[in-house]
Amino acid sequence: MSYFIDRRLNARHKSAVNRQRFLDRYRTHIKRSVEEAVNRRSITDMERGEKVSIPARDISEPVFQHGPGGKRTIVSPGNKEFVEGDRLRRPSGGDGGGAGEGSASNQGEGMDEFAFSLTREEFLDFVFDGLELPHLERKQLVDLEEVRPVRAGISKDGVPSRINIVRSMREAQARRIAMRAPIRRALREAAEALEAEERKDPVLRNPARINELKAEIERLEKRLESVPFIDTYDLRYNHLVNQPQPSNKAVMFCIMDVSGSMTQSHKDIAKRFFLLLYLFLERNYEKVELVFVRHHTAAKEVDEEEFFYSRETGGTIVSSALTLVDEIITKRYPAAQWNLYVAQASDGDNWDDDSTTCRQLLVKSLMPRLQYYTYVEITPHAHQALWEEYESVQDDFPERFAMRQIVEAGDIYPVFRELFRRRAVA
Amino acid sequence: MTQRSPIATGSDWNFEMLTDYEREIARLADEYRLDTYPNQIEIITSEQMMDAYASVGMPVGYHHWSFGKQFLAVEQAYRRGQMGLAYELVINSDPCIAYLMEENTLMMQVLVMAHACYGHNSFFKGNYLFRTWTDASAIVDYLVFARKYVSECEERFGVAAVEQLLDACHALQNYGVDRYKRPSPISAEEEARRQSEREEYLQSQVNMLWRTIPSFQGQEPLPQDDDEDPLGLRQQGHYPAEPQENLLYFIEKNAPLLAPWQREIVRIVRKLAQYFYPQRQTQVMNEGWATFWHYTLMNRLYDEGLVDEGLILEFLQSHTAVVSQPGFDHPHYNGINPYALGFAMFSDIRRICEAPTDEDRQWFPDIAGSDWLDTLHFAMRNFKDESFVQQFLSPKVIRDLKLFSLVDDDSEEMLEIEAIHDDRGYQRIREALSVQYALSVREPNIQVWKADIRGDRSLTLHHVQDRRRPLAKSVYPVMRHLHHLWGFPVKLVSMEDKEVVRRYQWPLPEKVGEK
Repeated sequence: MSYFIDRRLNARHKSAVNRQRFLDRYRTHIKRSVEEAVNRRSITDMERGEKVSIPARDISEPVFQHGPGGKRTIVSPGNKEFVEGDRLRRPSGGDGGGAGEGSASNQGEGMDEFAFSLTREEFLDFVFDGLELPHLERKQLVDLEEVRPVRAGISKDGVPSRINIVRSMREAQARRIAMRAPIRRALREAAEALEAEERKDPVLRNPARINELKAEIERLEKRLESVPFIDTYDLRYNHLVNQPQPSNKAVMFCIMDVSGSMTQSHKDIAKRFFLLLYLFLERNYEKVELVFVRHHTAAKEVDEEEFFYSRETGGTIVSSALTLVDEIITKRYPAAQWNLYVAQASDGDNWDDDSTTCRQLLVKSLMPRLQYYTYVEITPHAHQALWEEYESVQDDFPERFAMRQIVEAGDIYPVFRELFRRRAVA
Repeated sequence: MTQRSPIATGSDWNFEMLTDYEREIARLADEYRLDTYPNQIEIITSEQMMDAYASVGMPVGYHHWSFGKQFLAVEQAYRRGQMGLAYELVINSDPCIAYLMEENTLMMQVLVMAHACYGHNSFFKGNYLFRTWTDASAIVDYLVFARKYVSECEERFGVAAVEQLLDACHALQNYGVDRYKRPSPISAEEEARRQSEREEYLQSQVNMLWRTIPSFQGQEPLPQDDDEDPLGLRQQGHYPAEPQENLLYFIEKNAPLLAPWQREIVRIVRKLAQYFYPQRQTQVMNEGWATFWHYTLMNRLYDEGLVDEGLILEFLQSHTAVVSQPGFDHPHYNGINPYALGFAMFSDIRRICEAPTDEDRQWFPDIAGSDWLDTLHFAMRNFKDESFVQQFLSPKVIRDLKLFSLVDDDSEEMLEIEAIHDDRGYQRIREALSVQYALSVREPNIQVWKADIRGDRSLTLHHVQDRRRPLAKSVYPVMRHLHHLWGFPVKLVSMEDKEVVRRYQWPLPEKVGEK
């Protein structure tokens, strides 16, 4: 007696709970690996999972076992030249001779590292664990033009493509029942009358009456048949209404100084920072657009490739970039529909008089529209005028303006975490 | 030659073909008197196979991180292509559940059905260890009960508490079996019904044992003078009276501080360990038996023209890979392949019955020339790996596999070849290999020696050391787990020839007094 069961459509991921338990248990280990990976990885590389290794001794499940030493006899296959009584040197490392234990011990035991893969989702979960976007309040509904059609019951009018077949057929059936009932009743009465008439003694029958009844029956049957199966007023349509939607779109402006003082390694650091922010935004918004603005003395909107890899020289005027961003926002990304984020990376150099202009631009025009502004200064040196001006901006907008200094690549992730640390809800 | 009219050709399969082949295999198996539980054959995807793998094939199981670890390991190996997923997985239940992987070719599906649904299945139903120690009809229900109970405990007492307890139990699960006593059968219904009763009863038993206020009955002997024990706390006999081999059972019944639900979980782990106990002792036999039958049945299918040449060639290639045995010095050597040894032995038993040589008559006077099918069934029913090798490992198999035994004595500078495949060596290799499969030798012999029920409540275990083989370093983590269960200090004494070799203790003594 045998039977087959097709289980292929059953739930997969039966082990999901156990997998999660494992990840939770080794959270600290995995986090460490993830942090290392974030610092090590190139930018384009964040879109995949990560191989994580945990020292095997940390996750071993201990049992009572024999340790090395003592006297043991091992039977092995594949003898070639040994004869009884041969004496051999013990193989170095003590591994070869002990291999006979293999059948007894669990496979995989003895490996130094337990390696496994995190999925991309799990990886990013660990990367952004405990972080949140400041000011992730969705844009106010009032000033929103964004709408989305949602189902809102059934209506009698609509376009053919939205016919609700089940409801229409139900209406039709109800109507048919209602319309046919009186006809059926009359038909039944006529039939009964006809029968009564025909049962009478032939002498007493009234042929005229019989004919009349027969005609009546015929007429009724026709009427019954002519009740339409479905009629236009049976039709029902799915009703849709437009509902205003909180905006789920974000745009992220990357501003970078490309003047002569910014070296390629500075740019790499900046790039990683931008990337982290991008991934983070992506997890919070359905759609994230990127705008790259680079500047030296003049600002220019460029594509990603050019942004990170082309070289320019010259002085630095930060306000040129801020002005450009301001223009782009006004032109393409109305604040009512977009969540606006700006990330700026610079080595802190700026044309002396320009820093004040920057502050004014920010305070007056940009900050009121932005969700969040982050500024990272990549320099081991002392701060200059720009930093000081920005500090006063931060005082004005402590919730939305954040700035940190990064000295080397290893600082990026900690700084990022610091900037987006989950804050206690005020 | 038979007219070839195969049921199907090519490598694609569908349910009709599987049903047809299954029916034919069943017919042939019946000829060979393979008595099986009904088969429940489940078609699953490779992902589901990984799930099944992680839970040792159990269709349901309680949640624990170690299964997650198992899953990740399997997944990693599979993704990297280091390991093909085993094409079969079968569990000892009634009905016997076998998994077929969707991705398999037709040949694989037929092979797996022969191997698992008729080979393993008949072994589960016939072998004395499985008959004695496990109850195939109850296991799935019991697993459901266990899963439900554990998850209820997680809700009531927190995931962390349950996890820690399970960790501790898992560390000792190899010592959660009765080796010589038949366990009472498990039944989910019974368990659930009796559970609350048992919780109370168990607790009362424990309370009796640990009662600290002496009962003044008048007859109590006055403490004798003893400077070590002025209160006479240790004079009321030794508890337990006999050493106990089942550590988890002892803990379930006697640990002073465990709450009833914790005892129940200890019991669940213990019962499941007991269920897997026969499996661990019959690896060679079980795989050998299944491999022998898939080989025989596939060849019969071919002889009857039910499969075509392509399929049988594909089969032979796969079969050869399964039973290959790399030599000890081969880079892929990973111990003796149980499929290879088991298959060689069962095939050789058949040969000894059908075409015995003089050597066979001398070594196996009882079975040489007997009915091979009777002998094979007899061997399958009444042995475990240890005794199977002891009884049936023939000189020919030793020669074919070129087995040799080597003595590794850490007091000697050199290793010594003790025996090889020659007249002087056969018997010694047989014995050495048999010992190698004995669980009692593979695992350290550890028993509960004493629970100091009147004194400091410490628990003392004895490790009977054999041939100077010490315990591995894992002893301390295991002791820590044991301490978690027992709640008071635990000690372990390694003894060899009645002499104490080494003492272990957890928690570690405050001052480092011992070397």
